[in-house]
Amino acid sequence: MILVFCELKDGKLRKPSAEALSEGRRLADASGKSLGALFVGASNAGATDAANYGADVILTCEAPHLASYSSDAFAHAIADAVKTKGATVLLGGATAMGKDALPRAAARLGAGYAGDVTGLSMVDGKLQAVRPVYAGKAFATTAFTSNIQVATTRPNVFTATEKAGAGAMESLPSPAGDFLAIVKEILAKGSGKADLTEANIIVSGGRGMKNGENFAILEELADALGAVVGASRAAVDAGWGISHGMQVGQTGKVVSPTLYIACGISGAIQHIAGMSGSKYIVAINKDPEAPIFKLASYGIVGDLFEVVPELTKAAKAMGLAAQ
Amino acid sequence: MKILVALKQVPDTETRIKVAADGKSIDPADVKWITSPYDEYALEEAIRLKESKAAEVTVVSLGGDSVKDVLRNALALGADNAVLLKSDASDPLAIATALAAWAKDKNFDLIMAGNKGIGGDNASVGPMVAELLGIAQANVVVKLEIGDGTFRAEREIEGGTEVIEGKLPAVITAQKGLNEPRYASLKGIMGAKKKTIEEIDGAAPSGSTSIVGMVMPPARPEGRKLDGDPAQQAAALLSALTDEAKIF
Repeated sequence: MILVFCELKDGKLRKPSAEALSEGRRLADASGKSLGALFVGASNAGATDAANYGADVILTCEAPHLASYSSDAFAHAIADAVKTKGATVLLGGATAMGKDALPRAAARLGAGYAGDVTGLSMVDGKLQAVRPVYAGKAFATTAFTSNIQVATTRPNVFTATEKAGAGAMESLPSPAGDFLAIVKEILAKGSGKADLTEANIIVSGGRGMKNGENFAILEELADALGAVVGASRAAVDAGWGISHGMQVGQTGKVVSPTLYIACGISGAIQHIAGMSGSKYIVAINKDPEAPIFKLASYGIVGDLFEVVPELTKAAKAMGLAAQ
Repeated sequence: MKILVALKQVPDTETRIKVAADGKSIDPADVKWITSPYDEYALEEAIRLKESKAAEVTVVSLGGDSVKDVLRNALALGADNAVLLKSDASDPLAIATALAAWAKDKNFDLIMAGNKGIGGDNASVGPMVAELLGIAQANVVVKLEIGDGTFRAEREIEGGTEVIEGKLPAVITAQKGLNEPRYASLKGIMGAKKKTIEEIDGAAPSGSTSIVGMVMPPARPEGRKLDGDPAQQAAALLSALTDEAKIF
């Protein structure tokens, strides 16, 4: 069995989980395995959605004390499910939770782990993963020697494809309630927008923004495009009050949106490493020699303080945010 | 209180990576090696705890002799002891197993590291060590408070942070924002030269994964410049994104 650790948000299957399930379905078909979806939590209403992405079996590990995330309790529940079902491949989205729980589960299972993968295949009955290393400056192929193989799939890379599965429900015993650590509180940033790593469109600002207040014009463009705002390390480190959570690059978020709009970003190697996986790149920069133009699908040599407001105006007129 | 900080030596983020002739590793020529940036936040936090709570800070790294630079630098910044586990392990589980086996009987209250070593980018050694030692973990931490046998950590998640409370000992992996790392003082640098780095042989557990190939990213298709005044450029871009790229 290929088992996929799935997450729900507000009772709905998260997109990275749907993507991991779809990839799991493809691998299961290619290797004659079945596909299981695993949900851990206090309430798993919504888990049935996994059947829409090809799950043959939907496993739930449910208990009131699993209402909050605990890395040790969740990792143990996941590892137990792998053992109980005799799964040989364990997948999950490379989300905050997936990246936290799955390596721990892998260690418990004595299994090899590949994080944030962008390609998967089955070779001689075992998983093989292609993944960016050095933040995408190179791509490595990882082969496994362990009997159980664990990987997390990078959000926005694999396509979530609807495909009906049997979706037979099965409940698993839950782990005991003595945790080493548990989440007590979630402090939302309040924007309610998607995280950079999951965003479909990113509008990003660099040193050319000149100060933190000027990021307001990027926020306006982002609102007009349905995008999320990011920043280069230069902007974050300049002391403009730009949160490091917005940083894109080798020492920030590594992102792969459909569209990345770089405003006033010259294209330092460490920044390019973090965003070169974007499908389309737009560069807006005064300096025609800026390295970012070498990557750009569309380049605009010009003053971002003139071009960005024009873009916002035109995007609003076209009603793009709603599309 | 005893704190262990695990450090990794990695290529500088401004380094251009080239694939070596073996087709499965990077060409070490012209690579400048540094301490992984996230590890610097972990070390800084440990040194601050040493200053506020009289902790003893030990730094450890896996690798060959070149890794001593990273350890020496940590000693200059304020670490008390440095240990080199001589190993050519590169698989995350093998590294975690070697670290956990060595740390097991040393009674560390806190084991810290960067949330990922830039390079392998698996971000997995921290949680693996926590599991192998059977202790708590909090990863991608931007705020840390240590209590009496307990910790409270804020870690980055999608769209915000979450507060984790747990028991010590624990593995805590650092994220940018946790603190602002200091520079080494001249006194620290001179003092570090006199300290010994303990070397331990034979830490080479077998791995569960191996890298069988490495390639450069595919070349991006040729782009084009959009001319005109700002309004024309904006209109040309939106029509290209709509008609060619089909994004909208």
